[in-house]
Amino acid sequence: MLEGAIGTRGRGAPTPRVGPRRSQVVAQNASLVVAGTLLVAMLVLYIVLYMGSLRAFPGTFEAASITDHAVPLSLAAVGQSLVILTRGIDLSVGGMMDLSNSLAALKLQGGFATEALWTVIILLVGAAGGLLNGLLVAYGRIQPILVTLGTLSIFQGLALWVLPSPGGHVAGGYTGLFLNPNAPTALIWVVLLALAWVAFRRTRLGVQIFAVGNDEQAARANSVPVARTKVIVYVLAGMLAAGAGIALATTTTGGDATGGDVFTLSSIAAAVIGGVSLFGGRGSAVGAIFGAFVLTLLVDVLFFANIDPLFQPFYQGLFLVVAVGASTLLGRVLVRRR
Amino acid sequence: MSEQNDSGARNGSAIEGAGLHKAYGGVLALEDATFRAAPGEVHALVGENGAGKSTMIKALAGVIRPDEGRVLIGGEEVRLRSPEDALRRGVATVFQELTLLPRMTVAENLLMGREPRGTLGLIRRRWLPAAAADLLAEHDVNSVDPGELVENLPLAQQQLVEIVRAAMREPAVLILDEPTSALSKREVEWLFGLVRRLRDDGACVVFTSHRWSEVTDLADRITVLRNGTDVGTHEQLSEEEAVKLMTGREVSTAYAEPDRAHEGEVLLETEDLTTFGLEGVSLSLHAGEILGVGGLEGQGQRELFHALFGLTPIDGELQIRGEHKRLHSPRDAIHAGIAFIPQDRKAEGLLLPMTVRENLTLPILGRLAAAGVIRPAGERKAAEGMIDRLAIDARRPGQPVGTLSGGNQQKVLLGRWLLAESQILLLYDVTRGVDVATKQDIYELIIKLAADGHAILFYSSDTEEIAHLCHRVLVLREGAVAEELDGPEISAEDIIGASFREETHA
Repeated sequence: MLEGAIGTRGRGAPTPRVGPRRSQVVAQNASLVVAGTLLVAMLVLYIVLYMGSLRAFPGTFEAASITDHAVPLSLAAVGQSLVILTRGIDLSVGGMMDLSNSLAALKLQGGFATEALWTVIILLVGAAGGLLNGLLVAYGRIQPILVTLGTLSIFQGLALWVLPSPGGHVAGGYTGLFLNPNAPTALIWVVLLALAWVAFRRTRLGVQIFAVGNDEQAARANSVPVARTKVIVYVLAGMLAAGAGIALATTTTGGDATGGDVFTLSSIAAAVIGGVSLFGGRGSAVGAIFGAFVLTLLVDVLFFANIDPLFQPFYQGLFLVVAVGASTLLGRVLVRRR
Repeated sequence: MSEQNDSGARNGSAIEGAGLHKAYGGVLALEDATFRAAPGEVHALVGENGAGKSTMIKALAGVIRPDEGRVLIGGEEVRLRSPEDALRRGVATVFQELTLLPRMTVAENLLMGREPRGTLGLIRRRWLPAAAADLLAEHDVNSVDPGELVENLPLAQQQLVEIVRAAMREPAVLILDEPTSALSKREVEWLFGLVRRLRDDGACVVFTSHRWSEVTDLADRITVLRNGTDVGTHEQLSEEEAVKLMTGREVSTAYAEPDRAHEGEVLLETEDLTTFGLEGVSLSLHAGEILGVGGLEGQGQRELFHALFGLTPIDGELQIRGEHKRLHSPRDAIHAGIAFIPQDRKAEGLLLPMTVRENLTLPILGRLAAAGVIRPAGERKAAEGMIDRLAIDARRPGQPVGTLSGGNQQKVLLGRWLLAESQILLLYDVTRGVDVATKQDIYELIIKLAADGHAILFYSSDTEEIAHLCHRVLVLREGAVAEELDGPEISAEDIIGASFREETHA
């Protein structure tokens, strides 16, 4: 939608550079528009419920808390989106987050050099896990859902081997990177992630990922190296999941070898709410970040609405179905009306 | 191999398949086939379906590797590993199956891998539509919106984009496999202009077509294939001679003509049918009648067929057997005895990986089942009966439909609706991409069906077909019936004349 808002007609240029029509841009980014609308609606609902129960406007503490919680999910959801865009799926995200979370809780301490070194090592572990997924999917020709279901259990097992019982801690200086109770400084990571996506979308690989998700046969006819693209996508997803695991360890300041499990499904949910098509080739990681924030806000909304925690999953599920249904409908309206 | 020495350029070789053999699981697709095309010529490759045209083209384009024989580009022997490999050596191919990416824009498709880049080497996505518009304009294509998603374009426009994408690479050899089957007359003329320009610039263009007039119009030379072997290269070839070469026997190219329609009851009647693309169409369709729908492409023919099959909501009156009907979905239409056999068999009807039997009996499973369980004997009998009746060339009913030829797939689709006892048949360009012999079968079948009391609405992108096959023809222009032609002597010229008549003083 950004592209339509700015006039792109170069005056006096030999060839007029004409941008796409605005209605076209809206229609082609309908799902992103819908996800943004959903996020705003959720934010309003949150503020209303908050004021209703606490008789005060939510402050920076609330903003910081929401952001801190949304960062791990945002990272995981962006990784998940990359895979889904190629018409795959990564169920091993949760297991990779378990593993990186456990490693982070044991190793991210003892001075800057060690912490930096181990951050790199953990991200490389993520890359290695992703490489395993990617090779099996692209060259082993095994369905992504089967491959990642298997590696999910493998990563979960490794995590338990690394950290048999919850514990460990992340050095105070390091946690400050992601966790700040006083101000939503972690938003920086989210913005960087979104910017990285926007730049990535403009690289050759960024185009190729969409091509693969559109139609592998046609992508091949367009000289897209399909197998290599897939491998890279799984590697990136693994690294993002490892990053999400580190972020999770810092926000909880400790490790738990099962703490990442829920992120397998919530990362898929965030991507879908954000308008990433499970049929591949359509969607945006920015939408997935919106989705991650929507899901994070939902937990608080349910809390302030005085919903029994036991029933929270019920309402979360209900919301997911309704939200995806509604956004599909709205997207269709946006596409048709032009 | 006649009279080849009148032009100096023709002595060279731009692309060549020499003594090619290729077998698919015991079936020989090519058997010592040789094809040579020179720089600066347009060379047509003709033959019946199964003659080996597609295999020859695939071998030249690097899709398959021949079992024996040599492929030469510019006189040099090559071992092509892939279509991209061929492209790097200057051979661009437009295949029958489109290779555009549906959920990406025209601009992204055209410029993939050569996008305009800005700072940091990032793609300037905002420039893509303009850059693509320039490219399209360079090739005289103005009707295609470069910012549009490919999946939203009509088939013909997708084909234009596909052709431009191949041509813009300025290949030394351009191979076009059935490029015109999706195009209207005007677009065909555009393509011919483009091909001639490329030829005059010294490129070699190889093409296949099922329309003989296109072959004679465009080709400098014609190579005929039969049963996987080349049977001659000619500069001049009449249709009769060509058919003789292709089939190895004399076949009449005359169209089968229907008997005069015995006026049956009115099965389908519309009054002021209006929807997106249709402006008040009134028609009546009788039992035993073949009613043609003519006109230039895109004048509402597709919309009319879709409306009558319940695919689009309509205003106006629709009566079936004298009863007022509202069709909310194809299911309603099927219940009302209407069957739709579309141009795009794959997208709109057949389940390719499933068997011939399953595809035939899908809509009537309810009738074949007892307490929800299908009776295999009944299903087999129904399917085999239809395979015999329509002479479907399937080795066994359990064969996947995807392995049949296009014409036989069309018969399966037709057979399905005959089993479902549909009386009103909407046939939309059913002979597109079907070989000559099977076309004849289908014509005869249509005539027989009409004689049996079916009411048939018939559209074809080949106006000759409409002229010969139909009892009456409605010529559509801008979504309305511009003229109704009646009588035994309708000619293609009449239809084309009526299609254009008003445009001259509009």
